[in-house]
Amino acid sequence: MKLKTLMLGAAAASVLAPAVQAERGEDGNVNIIYWQAPSIMTPYLSGGTKDIEAASLVLEPLGRYDETGALVPYLAAEIPTVENGGVSEDLTQITWKLKEGLLWSDGSPVTSADVKFTADYCMAPEGGCAQFAKFTGVESIETPDDLTVVVNFDKPMPNPYGPFMGGQSPILQKAQFEDCVGAAASTCTEANFNPIGTGPFVVDEFKPNDVISLSANPNYRDPEKPAFATVTFKGGGDAEAAARAVLQTGEYDYAWNLQLAPDVLASMAEGGEGTPVSAFGTLVERIEMNLTDPSPDLPEGERSTVAHPHPILSDEKVRRALSMAIDRELLVEVGYGQAGRATCNLVPAPELYASDNTECLTQDLEGAKALLEEAGWTDTDGDGVREKDGEKLSLLYQTSTNAVRQDFQALIKDWWRQIGVETELRNVDSSVFFGGDPGSPDTFQKFYADVEMYANNFDGTDPQSYLSMYRCGNEPKPSSQWQGENINRFCNEEYDAMLDELAKTGELEKRGEIAKKLNDMLTKESMTIVPLVDRGRVSAHSNTLGGVVLNTWDSELWNAADWYRIDE
Amino acid sequence: MLTYAVRRLVLAIPTLLFISFVIFMLLQLAPGDPMAQVPLTVPPEVKQMMREALGLGEPPLVQYWKWLVQVFWTEPKVLVDWMTSETALFGWLPDTQLYQDELRVISWQTRSPVMEIVLQRIPQTLWVVGMSYIVGVLIALPIGIYSAYRQYSVFDQAGTFITMVGFSIPPFFTGPLLIVIFSVQMGWFPSIYDTTHEVTDWASFKYQLSQMIMPVMVLALQTTAQLSRYMRASMLDNLNQDYVRTARAKGLSEAIVVMVHVLRNSMIPVVTVIALGVPAIFGGAIITENVFKVNGIGQLLITALFANDLPMVMTLTFIFAFLIVLFNLIADILYGLLDPRIRYD
Amino acid sequence: MTEPVPASPVPIEALKDKGPDKPPRSKWRDVWEQFRKHKGAMVGGAFLLFITLGVLVGPWLWTLDPQALDIRAKDMRPIYTAIWNSEADVGWAHPLGSDQLGRDNLAQLIAGGRASMAVGWAAMLLSLIIGAGIGVVAGYFRKLDGPLMRLTDLFLSLPILPLLLVAVTLFRQPLRANFGPEGGMFILIVTVVGITSWMPTARIVRGDILALKEREFVLAARSIGTRPFQIIKRHLLPNVLSPIMVSATLGLATAIITESALSFLGVGFPSDFPTWGKMLADAVARMEDFPERVMLPGIAISLTVLGVNYLGDGLRDALDPRIRGR
Repeated sequence: MKLKTLMLGAAAASVLAPAVQAERGEDGNVNIIYWQAPSIMTPYLSGGTKDIEAASLVLEPLGRYDETGALVPYLAAEIPTVENGGVSEDLTQITWKLKEGLLWSDGSPVTSADVKFTADYCMAPEGGCAQFAKFTGVESIETPDDLTVVVNFDKPMPNPYGPFMGGQSPILQKAQFEDCVGAAASTCTEANFNPIGTGPFVVDEFKPNDVISLSANPNYRDPEKPAFATVTFKGGGDAEAAARAVLQTGEYDYAWNLQLAPDVLASMAEGGEGTPVSAFGTLVERIEMNLTDPSPDLPEGERSTVAHPHPILSDEKVRRALSMAIDRELLVEVGYGQAGRATCNLVPAPELYASDNTECLTQDLEGAKALLEEAGWTDTDGDGVREKDGEKLSLLYQTSTNAVRQDFQALIKDWWRQIGVETELRNVDSSVFFGGDPGSPDTFQKFYADVEMYANNFDGTDPQSYLSMYRCGNEPKPSSQWQGENINRFCNEEYDAMLDELAKTGELEKRGEIAKKLNDMLTKESMTIVPLVDRGRVSAHSNTLGGVVLNTWDSELWNAADWYRIDE
Repeated sequence: MLTYAVRRLVLAIPTLLFISFVIFMLLQLAPGDPMAQVPLTVPPEVKQMMREALGLGEPPLVQYWKWLVQVFWTEPKVLVDWMTSETALFGWLPDTQLYQDELRVISWQTRSPVMEIVLQRIPQTLWVVGMSYIVGVLIALPIGIYSAYRQYSVFDQAGTFITMVGFSIPPFFTGPLLIVIFSVQMGWFPSIYDTTHEVTDWASFKYQLSQMIMPVMVLALQTTAQLSRYMRASMLDNLNQDYVRTARAKGLSEAIVVMVHVLRNSMIPVVTVIALGVPAIFGGAIITENVFKVNGIGQLLITALFANDLPMVMTLTFIFAFLIVLFNLIADILYGLLDPRIRYD
Repeated sequence: MTEPVPASPVPIEALKDKGPDKPPRSKWRDVWEQFRKHKGAMVGGAFLLFITLGVLVGPWLWTLDPQALDIRAKDMRPIYTAIWNSEADVGWAHPLGSDQLGRDNLAQLIAGGRASMAVGWAAMLLSLIIGAGIGVVAGYFRKLDGPLMRLTDLFLSLPILPLLLVAVTLFRQPLRANFGPEGGMFILIVTVVGITSWMPTARIVRGDILALKEREFVLAARSIGTRPFQIIKRHLLPNVLSPIMVSATLGLATAIITESALSFLGVGFPSDFPTWGKMLADAVARMEDFPERVMLPGIAISLTVLGVNYLGDGLRDALDPRIRGR
């Protein structure tokens, strides 16, 4: 009951709660459009956001993050913590208790064996589980009784909420997936498309990369929910068309992730059929500086490796000048509007971990010029581009293909031109840019450019693994087939030492302090990473759809059970 | 002609094998990674495990051989099983059970057999792209013929103007334009195609028409523009030939002169263009399908390309290649029927 | 024998000519005169000349940099909007308005025209030469028909996107080193568009040649010992001119549009380098509020294609001896 009151409260904040007693399925059909079409209904085999969110209508984890990032129990009776004894003092064990009387949509009871099976399924070798990282450190899982699951870790885990928490690791039914473990995972088409779950809806028909038809789960734990009898979950098209279908024609009730220029979205919202909603998470659009030399003159295998420091960007003053020349508020206005905030932080949220670093927010072209002069870059031949030792201050700036990113490129190129920096722009198809093909020169890991721009975030609310990406030696390099997360090739012993300390610290206040320090070392102290915009998520719902609470910490459809139709 | 057709059919097998090999090597060479759409929050080690689970670590020739076996051996077995058990045509035969759980061509995105998804997509592709092609051909031929017959008349000039403007405006503009006018302003037609819709009665048929009309129009405009230009040009070439004068001189009616003598001799380039267009129907119309969310084979191909789903791309382009080879053969045979002087052997 | 026979008998009337009193009319002059009679062709040709000159000379007349941003003057409307909407944000500084980053539409249109016309013509000519060449050779020489048409089948079935990505991966760096970022990309785009669009032309030309080469005039030419190359040049090529002209017109439009699709996929020109196709594609999202941003490049592309179409019509008529002189 605690959960229900919590959610009703959230729903009531936006609209008056439905007056009469609700009844399951009384509100008919709801249409959802995702412009990327889901291809599979289990998050374990795909990892794509679209698939995770589609699956969240059917499959549920033990607990989810709510719109503030707080933990909310779903299948679990409560969230285990050190205080309530659910997490052991030494942080190596977490004990989950399932709610009583939970049923799968086929009517069989949910037991701790299903939870344990889910972990076995994902950790099986050769399965290629996309959420494997959620289960790092899991040593063993015990099921003392039908409702209790004990997870043992091989070392202290300050954040023990990896397994079974959030849309990425929901619980699968053991009976259904038993024969699908490991290499057999891809032979189970039927189970992968029509998983039996505990969520508010069940799949009636799954057309991969096209449309999913769902109907209310007859065994859902709250007899009054969901209000909708059926769901049509359409995929395909583009963000613009999805926005149009909700805001202008009213054909659809909910559209996901509308990455559109703010003026386009605003003029569509004048259609009056729906409302855009936005919320902020941890996604930060940033410019990454290459600390190594990407020159094509170097032999293959040495370009962009630590063997050759960058001839221009190794100088901290140059990096700082480049950052000072950028007007982040204007970028937000042009590219994101309500769905963006200028930021100087790599970790913009949650509050506990967000540094109060704001000095980059004011553009300072004169200061940038002075810094470049100080660094020895002067325009000696009067062509508007600075030189030093016969070398021009000329940069190659790459990013993925996307209308907003190309606008950003044009604006930043213009500011850099004003401080005497010549910029060549390049945009790369995102399936190549974000792919890890070691044979391609255009991946973001290979970084055959001087600066590059993209966005990244972290799952859940804990930034430890996110900050650990910038550890020495974790850089993409030929010996690791160009896999690696330290994109800038940043290396600082002090940083690494603090990371080790963070991994040992359990106390939240202390963790926040260390994380802020780490964030500052990467951003304002060294300007290795130049954050631009804290990107929110914009979605839109029709004016007749109630109960939508946009959540960036978990699946957007996390509370689809509470959605209802507002009568006009 | 028959021996020619048989010889070409036999030759088609090595041709197709070679084409499939070239496509496979091209896809291997192309940069890109099936993990590109997995969020950056998934660490590289996990991505590497996922790649291995997809069989990416194997040498390219081994992958190609596996694909060949799956397409030419496993899939036909599934097809035969299905025909003897489900269809009316062969249902009377005893149920064959040739398929013994060998690995079929599995898509990397969906982890399900590629052929099943292709079959799922065929209805909407045929409804929309196929229908637009028929509409386009039916409009284009009369326009082309009449434009040539009355060259530089008002009809001809207007036809030229409309088709050329129509052809030079890309569907990524005409599509949204139609949606803004007819879905947003007028509210007449849905902007999103419902692939789950089934035609059972008159009302549902009317709905089907209303959701088809915009994509069909956009696509038909392109087909019409192209075909009517070739038709007109080819008719013009023939209308001034001596045999036309002869036909008129011996007193044949104008209708017979134009519609039989001239038309038949003008069809060769038109047949070529039509035959080239039929495989393209199955290739789908990538942009238009995307604009109207038709989710046919074109959309399947483009999502597979962006997701680097090689088995899916490979199989789709192979089906496409097969149809190209087949329809070019049909075109060649039609040439012979249209103009008996053409000899191949 | 006494009466001397007149040196020459009284000539019949028709043969009284003393000789040509003017030099013989050249064929090309006839072609030109026929061409001039074709109004559409003259208008089309004049328009193409105008637009070509416009994009070539334009940057000297309208000196604004198409890539220069002026964020304070963003989203301005064309000057003519003021006629019906006195509140519209217009100004002579940007007579055709400006885009969402304040780049001048007129300057972009001129610069975009340069790129689009260059890509369109070059890619169209390339695909025409390959297509017509392969089509004629395959149609005329029976031995080459099989291999060349199977090659055409192969090219028809190649998926374009991976092909492009492979081309970019393999050739971008060397081309960029030799021709600069924009010149290198230009060569890459023209080549890719050219080699992926010649196949229909080849098949159409071959079909026509197959029928033509069995006709009596080819037989006659062959019987007097004309070499194959001469037969192709004098007898076959002029007869397949009309499908080639149609292919050229359609090919130009396709090349301009394909270029925009390429930059959409991130394999075209750098993102701040305007082309007509890209201007059109970028403006689609805002077509309700700023219709001029789709109309201007759209009209430019359409008119160019129409111009080429009429020019082709006129050329074909002028080159056809049966029509010429009527």
